[in-house]
Amino acid sequence: MVTDRPDERKTTYREAMREALREALRADDRVFLMGEDVGRYGGCFGVSLGLLEEFGPERIRDTPLSESAFVGAGIGAALNGMRPIVEIMTVNFSLLALDQILNNAATLLHMSGGQLPVPLVIRMTTGAGRQLAAQHSHSLEGWYAHIPGIRVLAPATIEDARHMLAPALNDPDPVLIFEHGSLYNATGELAPRTTPVDLDHAAIRRPGTAVSLITYGGSLPKALTAADALAADGIDAEVVDLRTLRPLDDAAIAASVARTHRAVVIDEAWRSGSLAAEVSARIAEDSLYELDAPVERVCSAEVPIPYARLLEQAALPQTADIVAAAHRAVD
Amino acid sequence: MTPVRGTRKRKATIGATEAARAEHRGELLHAMLRIRRFEERCVELYSAAKIRGFVHLYIGEEAVAVGVNEALTAEDAVVSTYREHGHALARGLPAEAVMAEMYGKATGCSGGRGGSMHLFDTGRRFYGGNAIVAGGLPLAAGLALADRMRGHFRVTCCFFGDGAYAEGEFHETANLAALWGLPLLFVCENNLYAMGTALQRHEAQTDLALRAASYGMAAWAVDGMDVEAVERAARRATESIRGGGGPRFLEIRTYRFRAHSMYDPDRYRDKAEIEQWKTRDPIARLTDRMREDAEPVEAKLAEIERRITEEIDAAVDAAERAPEEPVGNLLRYVTSAPSEVR
Repeated sequence: MVTDRPDERKTTYREAMREALREALRADDRVFLMGEDVGRYGGCFGVSLGLLEEFGPERIRDTPLSESAFVGAGIGAALNGMRPIVEIMTVNFSLLALDQILNNAATLLHMSGGQLPVPLVIRMTTGAGRQLAAQHSHSLEGWYAHIPGIRVLAPATIEDARHMLAPALNDPDPVLIFEHGSLYNATGELAPRTTPVDLDHAAIRRPGTAVSLITYGGSLPKALTAADALAADGIDAEVVDLRTLRPLDDAAIAASVARTHRAVVIDEAWRSGSLAAEVSARIAEDSLYELDAPVERVCSAEVPIPYARLLEQAALPQTADIVAAAHRAVD
Repeated sequence: MTPVRGTRKRKATIGATEAARAEHRGELLHAMLRIRRFEERCVELYSAAKIRGFVHLYIGEEAVAVGVNEALTAEDAVVSTYREHGHALARGLPAEAVMAEMYGKATGCSGGRGGSMHLFDTGRRFYGGNAIVAGGLPLAAGLALADRMRGHFRVTCCFFGDGAYAEGEFHETANLAALWGLPLLFVCENNLYAMGTALQRHEAQTDLALRAASYGMAAWAVDGMDVEAVERAARRATESIRGGGGPRFLEIRTYRFRAHSMYDPDRYRDKAEIEQWKTRDPIARLTDRMREDAEPVEAKLAEIERRITEEIDAAVDAAERAPEEPVGNLLRYVTSAPSEVR
C-alpha cells in the first residue's frame, strides 16, 4: 500500500499482531504459541495464519479444547525455561482456565516466597458487537484486572497490537492480553519503531481541555468518534487510552482530570463492579477537588449480550451515549 | 480389576547382595519413619496451636512418597498436592525448612507465605504444594512439555489423589500427555476417600488404572502399603518414560490412618476398616520383612529413631527461634519487580 509517508505502511490490527508473534518466535527459540486452532486452521480469528508453515507444529502447537490443561501447561512450561504464548479463543472460554490463571499463574510467585516467577503471556479475544450472543460476547477483562500478580493489557491501536507483545514476553510475570474482536480488521498506518512500548503508562490519544473520555480496548474508536462529534459542538474532549488495566496508571488519570475537570469513563463491561467503577473510585479518591461535575460512566446494559442486532447495539456503549454523557458533564 | 502388583510372592532383588539389600531397606525405613515422626510432631504442635490452618496428614501413606522418590533423580521434577509433607521430605527438603514453613516463619521453605499446603523448593525441583484438587496436573504437563521441547531427558512426577480423578483437569491432562507423548509420571494415591466420600460413592468406575489406560498410556495398580513394590513399579515406569515411551500411570492403593485434615472428625469411616488397614502399616511391614530375612532390625531402628528425633527436635527448635516475616514485606513477591502501587 502506498501511504503519504514513505516510512509508514498500511496494515491491520490482525496483521500487526501476527507480525509481533512472528518477530517474537524468530527472536527467541524459547517462545512458542499454543492454543485451539492456532496451527493448521490459522487461528480462530486468523491471527496466526501462516505461522505453522514457518515455525512448525512444535512451536505453533494446536491443542485439544482443554482450556485448563493447556493454560496450566503454559504455566508449567514457563516455570521450566520456556516463554509460552497461550491463546484462548475468547474470554468466555477462559473461565474454564480461571483456576489455573488465578490459583497458579497469579499466585505461585508469592506462595513460594519468590521462588517461582511465571513468565507467561496469555492472549484472548474479548467483547461484543458481532452478534455472537451471550456466550461469546462478554467483556471480563475487568475481572482479571482484580487479581494481584498479573499484568492486564488491552491493545486498542495497531501500534500497540504490533509492539506490546515483546515487552509482555520480557515481563517475568504473567501477562494477559485482551484483543477486542471488533478491532482485528481495523486498518491504519504503522510507523517503524525502534524503542519498546512501555507497559506502565496510559496514552493520550487526543489532547483536550473540556472533558476526559477515559477508556480502553474496543471502546477507544467509539470514544475518538465521540470526541470528533463533541468538537463539532465546540467541546474539546481529551481521550485517554488506559492500555494497561493492571496496574492502572493512576497518575495519567489524575493528570487528565486536573486538565479538564470532568470525566466520562467508557467500558464495555457491565457497570456494576466494572473497571469503570474502579477508575471512578480512584478519581473520587485522588481528584475529587479537581472535579466540576460528577463522574459519568458509559457501560454495557446489565444484560447477557443478546443476539439480535438491534438489541445488541442497544446493550453496548455507543458513540451517541458517550457524546450525551460528555454533554451532561460539561453543560 | 487391574491386578495389584506387589501382592505376589516376593522375590529378592535380583543381582543385589544381601548386605546391599539390607542397607537399602534401612534407607527406606529411615525415610518413611522420618515422615511419620515429623507428622506426629506436627499433630502435637497443632494441638499446642503452634501450627494453624489446614494440615493434611500423610500417616499411613509413607511408602508411596518414599518408594516413588527412589525412582527419581535430582534432575527430575515433582508436583504435589496439599497432602505433601511426605513428598517434600522424601524429596530431600530439610525438616527445618518444612517445619519453619508450618510455623509460618521467614525461614520456611516458602518464606512463611504457603504453610502446610504450599511447600516449594525449586533447588530440588519440588514445585509444590497445590491445594486445588487436580490443579497441579496441567502444571506438571507443562513442566514435562518444556523438558521435551528443550531436549532434557527428565521425568516430571505428579502426585494426586483419587478425588482428583473426578476433576476434568485430570482427564484433560491425561489426554494431553498421551497425545503429545510427554515424559510425565502420573502417581494416583488412591487412599479410597475423596475428603470424606468413599471411592465407590464418587467414581462410576473404581478401577482407576483401567480408566487411565483408556487414554493410551500404560497404567498399572500397585500395593501402596509395600514400599519395595512401589519402588519397583516406579522404577519400571520412569525407565519407560526415560526411554521415550510417553506418560505412565500408577494407581497406588494406599490408606490414610488419620482423618482428611485436622478439622475432620472422621465420622464417615468404619473404625474396623481403619484398624484393618493399620495391620498393613508400611513401616511395620518392612521391618517384619527385614526380620524374616534375618537382617539386623532392632539396632538399626534404634539408631534411625535417634537420628530422626535429633533432626526433628532441631527443626522445631529452629522454627521456634526463627524470625517472623516482617509486615513491611507483606507485598513482596506479588510481582517480580517491586510491587505495584495499590
